Amino acid sequence: MRGLLLVARRDLQAYFNTAWGYVVLAAMLLIDGLLFNAWAMGSSAQYSSDVLEKFFYLSSGVVMVAAVILTMRLFGEERSAGTMVLLDTAPLTDLQIVLGKFLAGFAMIAILLAITVYMPALIFVNGRVSVAHIACGYLGLLALGAAVAAIGTWGSAVTRGQYVGAAIAGVVTVAFLLTWMLAKVSDPPLKPILSYLALFDKHFQPFQKGRINTESVVFYTSVTFAFLALAVRGIQGRRWR
Amino acid sequence: MAPIIETRHLTKQYGKLTALNDVNLTVEEDAVFGFIGPNGAGKTTTLKILAGLLLPTAGEVRLDGQDLLTAPLEVRKRIGFLPEEPPLYNEMTVRDFLVHVGLLRGLSREEAESAIPSVAERTSVTEVLDQVIGTLSHGYRKRVGIAQAIVHHPSLVILDEPIAGLDPVQIVEMREMIVALRSTCTVLVSSHILSEVSQTCDRLLILKDGRLVGQGTEAELASRARGLARVLLTVRGTRDDLARVLDGNAEVTGWAVEFESGGVAQVRVDLAGDHVESVVGRIASAGLGIRRVTEAEAELEQIFLQLTGEGER
Repeated sequence: MRGLLLVARRDLQAYFNTAWGYVVLAAMLLIDGLLFNAWAMGSSAQYSSDVLEKFFYLSSGVVMVAAVILTMRLFGEERSAGTMVLLDTAPLTDLQIVLGKFLAGFAMIAILLAITVYMPALIFVNGRVSVAHIACGYLGLLALGAAVAAIGTWGSAVTRGQYVGAAIAGVVTVAFLLTWMLAKVSDPPLKPILSYLALFDKHFQPFQKGRINTESVVFYTSVTFAFLALAVRGIQGRRWR
Repeated sequence: MAPIIETRHLTKQYGKLTALNDVNLTVEEDAVFGFIGPNGAGKTTTLKILAGLLLPTAGEVRLDGQDLLTAPLEVRKRIGFLPEEPPLYNEMTVRDFLVHVGLLRGLSREEAESAIPSVAERTSVTEVLDQVIGTLSHGYRKRVGIAQAIVHHPSLVILDEPIAGLDPVQIVEMREMIVALRSTCTVLVSSHILSEVSQTCDRLLILKDGRLVGQGTEAELASRARGLARVLLTVRGTRDDLARVLDGNAEVTGWAVEFESGGVAQVRVDLAGDHVESVVGRIASAGLGIRRVTEAEAELEQIFLQLTGEGER
């Protein structure tokens, strides 16, 4: 646990010791704020819960993009700077290294989401929404962010270049997003499987509407652990090459 | 007491390429070991295996009594590794970096912080402890690289090309630093610069084609290098006169005029075996006056060429 936290702390500090972390957070907040103002709030009268739902819908896209961008440097940066050797020769397990790095990326997503809280809070100015709805939405965003951050961690772990890692993570994430379309044109037994794998369509919408769906929590947790396990396998393989 | 390094039938293959072939190595005492060999001999592969960066295809590796395969974390606690390019976090200060590395290598925060002054003094980085690493010169970066390798008091420190890219003053400082390390740990230095290895290391390990072909002090290896001979001759004659006698002579593997003045030349002659009398006789028969004959000790370069067979190419 200690080694894991050391890795996480160093990587979290690295986001803020350079402009990178600030730039990504600022860009994502700007985009989320603009989308919230333009599409969620809009100019016509609407129910507060609908505004909140749209906010979570828009924020889910921002969280997924942020997760891919924030995790692409986790291993790629260490490799290009030649510092991966510090971790590889330290008495740390590969699991500790992967979890530490994932935790740093996930913490950044949590920080990003924490700063967006002012947007749902603004709805209280002219409307009323349930705090439980807000909590559910944020839980969903965190679960979705964790799953995509795990995909990004895996992409970064198995490739040498950060941009290649980001591209692979992006493609895998988009593939998970689009399985609902494939499900529509598929027959059983493939149809329910593809439908279940839909990262957003099947699993995020309940959170967006203020419901906690256990099946979706299990799904996001499973995706997160599966890709972290693949990342561990990826970095273990290096020692055998 | 267990040897610091012990390998048994160590083999590493990259696909069909055998990088290390049945290497048996035992290192028992605190000393500076020079690891030399031609390019592609398997030096880097060996260093990476000892540092825990690579796993062997076959064979055993024990460091300080701990098996690399069954207790990798215990092994990694006992080693410090400096690759050719120091692994440094540019955005950190030297002090924060060294504390971080100490914690990573298993020290408590108190131990890591209390180790910094002595480690900084030994590696001469005290004056830059609070400077950001990204602003340091190449020489200081190398020193911080050594500092991170010893901050946790390892039994074995592995240095890959530690003087690469340093200026002459920095090379002297680095040499002193490496020699001083032997009081607390075993040091394994890989270098292409044989004169440096000769000056810095107590014992040598010579690899060729993935096999260990020589191990011992420079003097021991010289005596092992069968029939190796070098003579210094002071001869009344010119370079052309010497060329007529020495060129094409099978007993002579190489020669060079060290200086020539007033019709007298000092020439260094490397011989393929114990052919001193024969070669001196030929020079005398050619009418060149021999003023002085001195047997020179074999230099590391000669030993290296003979043991690795590189001179035959």
